[in-house]
This record gives sequence, C-alpha cells and structure tokens, in this order.
Amino acid sequence: MSHQTRVVPLAQLSLPATSAWGRLRWIGLAVGVIGAGATALLAQDDPEQFNFSWLVAFMFFLSLGLGALFFVLVHYASKAGWGIAVRRLAENVSSGLLVMPLLFLPVLLGLHDLYHWSDADAVAHDPLLQAKEPFLNPSFFTVRAGIYFALWILITLFYVRGSSRQDTTGEESITRRLTAASGPSLIIFALTLTFAAFDWIMSLDPHWYSTMFGVYYFAGSLVGGFAVLILLAAGLIRAGYLKDVVTVEHLHDLGKLLFAFSVFWAYIGFSQYFLIWYANIPEETIFFLHRSEGSWAGLTMFLAWGHFAVPFFFLMPRTIKRKGPFLVLGACWMLMMHLIDLYWLVMPTLHKYEVRPHLLDLTSLLAVGGLFLAAVGWAMAGKPLIPVKDPRINESLSFENF
Amino acid sequence: MPLLVPKLPEGTEHYGVLARFDSAKAIFHACEKVRDAGYTRWDAHTPFPVHGLDDAMGLRASRLPWVVLVAGLSGAGGGMLMQWWVHTQGYPLVISGKPLFSWQAFVPVTFELGILFGALGAVLGMLAFNQLPMLYHPLFRSKQFESVTDDGFFVSIEAWDPKFDAAQTGRFLEEIGATHVELIEP
Repeated sequence: MSHQTRVVPLAQLSLPATSAWGRLRWIGLAVGVIGAGATALLAQDDPEQFNFSWLVAFMFFLSLGLGALFFVLVHYASKAGWGIAVRRLAENVSSGLLVMPLLFLPVLLGLHDLYHWSDADAVAHDPLLQAKEPFLNPSFFTVRAGIYFALWILITLFYVRGSSRQDTTGEESITRRLTAASGPSLIIFALTLTFAAFDWIMSLDPHWYSTMFGVYYFAGSLVGGFAVLILLAAGLIRAGYLKDVVTVEHLHDLGKLLFAFSVFWAYIGFSQYFLIWYANIPEETIFFLHRSEGSWAGLTMFLAWGHFAVPFFFLMPRTIKRKGPFLVLGACWMLMMHLIDLYWLVMPTLHKYEVRPHLLDLTSLLAVGGLFLAAVGWAMAGKPLIPVKDPRINESLSFENF
Repeated sequence: MPLLVPKLPEGTEHYGVLARFDSAKAIFHACEKVRDAGYTRWDAHTPFPVHGLDDAMGLRASRLPWVVLVAGLSGAGGGMLMQWWVHTQGYPLVISGKPLFSWQAFVPVTFELGILFGALGAVLGMLAFNQLPMLYHPLFRSKQFESVTDDGFFVSIEAWDPKFDAAQTGRFLEEIGATHVELIEP
C-alpha cells in the first residue's frame, strides 16, 4: 500500500558488457550480417522471392518496434503507474525502429517486383490504377516512407532520450513534458502506422482496399509487441536480472494485454472479413478468395484457430498468466502466429495458389531480425534496465494485482 | 422463517465475536494471525479494499470465474443454436443469396449473447456466493460496527467455527491487537 523507497542492488539493473545480454548487440549484428550475406547469395537466383520474403521480415520487426513504441506512448498518455518498471524494456525495443529505414532500402529497390502499380505500362491500361496514380506512384511512395520514418524516429528518440536523461537528473519536468507530448504523438502514430500499412502491404493488390486494414496491422503489432516484452522480461529475469523489480504482477499484466490484443486482432480481422463477405462485391472479395484457395485455405483456418481461438482459452486463466513458463509459451506462440499473419497478408500476392515456404523467408528474418536486435541491444547496454529515477518508480515496484 | 437473513446453524448460542482494529496495517497482521491460528469460519470487514488482505486471510481463489465461463459459453452456444434453428428449421428464408446456415452472419449475435450471459453469470454468481441480498445481519447489533464504513476495521469469528470458544477467542483477539472485543448475539 505505502510506496516506501526500495533498495535494489545495481547489479540487478544493469547489464555487464561481458554478459550474454550485454553482448546482445554484437550477437544481433553477427546474426544480421550472416543472414544478410546468405540472403544476398540466395536472392540472385530468385530476386522476386527475395523481395517478398524481405517485406514479410521487414513488416514483422517493424511491427514489434511500433508495438513497443505504442506501449511507451500510451503509458504516458494514461499516466499508468504499474508498468514503469517495464517501460524501459519497451523503450529499448522501440529503439529497434532506428535501423528500419536502412532495412527498408531493399523494399524501395524491389518496388517493381513488389507493387503492380509501380509498373507504368500496367497503369496506362488500367483506369483504376490511373485514378489512384496521384497517390500510388513511386516518388510520392518514397516521400511518404521518408515521412513515416522521420516521425517514428523523432518520437522514439524524444521518449528514449528524455527517459534516459531522467536517470541522472530525476527531473519531474521530464515526465510532465513526455506526458504532454504523448497525445499528439499518438495521433501521429495512428496516422503514420495506418498509411504505412496501406502503402506497404495493402497496395500489394492495388485494386483491393479495406479502410480497416491499418487497424488490422496495428492489432497484430500490439500482439507482437507485448509478446516480445514478455519474452524480454522473462529472459532477463531468468538470467538473474530485475529480481523483485519486474515481478509476477507485471508479467501478469503484460499477459492480460497480450490476451486482450489477440482478442482485439480477432475482432478487427473478423469485422473486416464480415463486411466484405456480406457485401459480396468481387473487387473486395478477391482478397479472401486468394486466401481460401489451395493450401492458403488451410493457413487461413490455422490463423483463425491459432491466433485467436486456442490462445483465447489458453491465456484466459489467471494462473497461466502468473506462471512464467506458461506465459513464455503463450508469448512465443503469439509471436509465431503474428509472423504467420504477416506472411498470410503478403505472400499470396506472389504465390497465388499454394503456400510455398522458401529458404529466403528464413534468411530474411535472420538479416532483419539480427540488425533489429542489434539496435535493441545497443539501447539496452550502458543504461539501467528500468527508469531508476522516474518519480513514480516505487509505485510500480510495489504494484500488485487485486 | 424470515427471508434474506443469514442462516445460522441450529442451537447456536452466539453469532460470534467481533473485534475492532484501528488501522489497515493492524487488521492485516491480525488476519495473518487468525489464519495461522487455524480459524476457518471468520471474516474481515474494512471501510475500503485493503491490498493483499485476501492472502493475509488465506482465502482460496474465487470460484466465480468458472460460473462466468460456463454462463458465457452457454450464452454463445445457445445464441448460435437459436439462429441455426430460426434460419434453417423455423423460418428458412434465403437472404441475399447466401446459404441458410451462414455462420458468418450469426457471429455478432453469438458474441453478444456470450457477453450478456457471462455478465449475468458474474453478477448473479457473485450475489449467490455472497448470499446477497441480505437485509439483516447479526453484526448490525453492535454499535461499534457502525464505524465499518468510516474508520473501523473489524474481524468477526463465527461461533460455529470448530476452534471457537467465546472466552478464549475473545482473549486471543485482544492479544493480537484488538482495541474492542464484543460477543454478538444471534
């Protein structure tokens, strides 16, 4: 009840450079470079497959960074106390966004393989693409991508730097400033994420559109973001850090959020499907037609059961969310399902009738994931694992669920 | 037999003892001691929720979630079944050229009935487990007990607890820090 000051040994809160977690940036970098090398070799044989595989990997790790950034923003906006102890972990994961512009370059270079609307000949013979041409053209596409990245990086740096500066000064004014900026930041976040999802995934089939698509990508991003936060926290606790700092109470709440957003994902996914199914207009149903043919039909069912129905019952009991190994299992599963969800969104454009896994899918994940992890590791090294001088950190340390 | 009052076991002389504590901290530690002393039929009464008191009292997890789960699933299942009957057996009408059993169209109603029954299960289950509504309770005989909605923290131990002994239990409560102990008539 009372929030007394707690003394936590510093060794619990910082990563020695020689520890496995302290080396995360180098491990990530090594995996990333090896993955990129393997990808480059394989890409020569099948550049088209490479572009699509890379897009899946890119959108996957982007969503983890965005999910974590959203958690940080909403944390300030809601003035939440419970999660301050895990907020720094989210800040670290959102720092992965800093390398995403670099990893976007292959998408820009592969524009012509990926996006049908970028083909001038196709546009010339297609009235619909001509109508969309003022929005869907390579130069505006590139400018928009630049704007998204600039805003995401601006917001990320603003929050990560502000929070780190508070570690030394303990100024309350920093919390006030970050809280005041969180509202506008969330609006910018919502708009950029929505349009990024439109640009990068929905425009793969430029004839098809769904106004809910941005929310769908957002829902998946949050599932991925919370799954990663749970895995990161559980991994650090297992390695002997954050003892009595990030407790079962914090993991329980992260588990609730993971559960909530897997339900939210299903709600959005079904709503999108439901309206298209009801109206039954061919240019809208084409999206689900592709995904209910051949082996894609099986993957669609797997997604419905594996991303919603099974985890709904698995993650529901309180005891599951409060038992480390079960929660970690749930988080791993949801992370995998989120990846499959993105694969399901992107790949039917390339392989219309069959699910055709390719080695490039794996190497692209290693390349993008390794570099993303390196950026996260960079953010984690050299500063405490929790915002040590946040004015309300004690409230979070003594947090308990009713 | 009067309605909406607690049922006491046959032949009880007293309802039990009521002990007053002056702070949330005091009642928290008192509850731990009552729990450790092995009492099973007792309760704590506070003006506001005290964090961790359920652990201090040694309460088991509530069975309410199971009631909600069963109620919610029957609501959802019943909702789907009802629509199946209406659309394929009772009034088979072709709507916008879709099959009679179009499960997609039935999802919203199924979902809402699942929520409705789950919520009703939660409210009614809570009332049933708490034996509410209850218009009268023997503890209301105590003048002291009126401050339970203001600044009083109380522990009551019921007379049919196997360990109960009017004199001994009263002394025990005084020893663990009660500022006022009284015997409550049924």
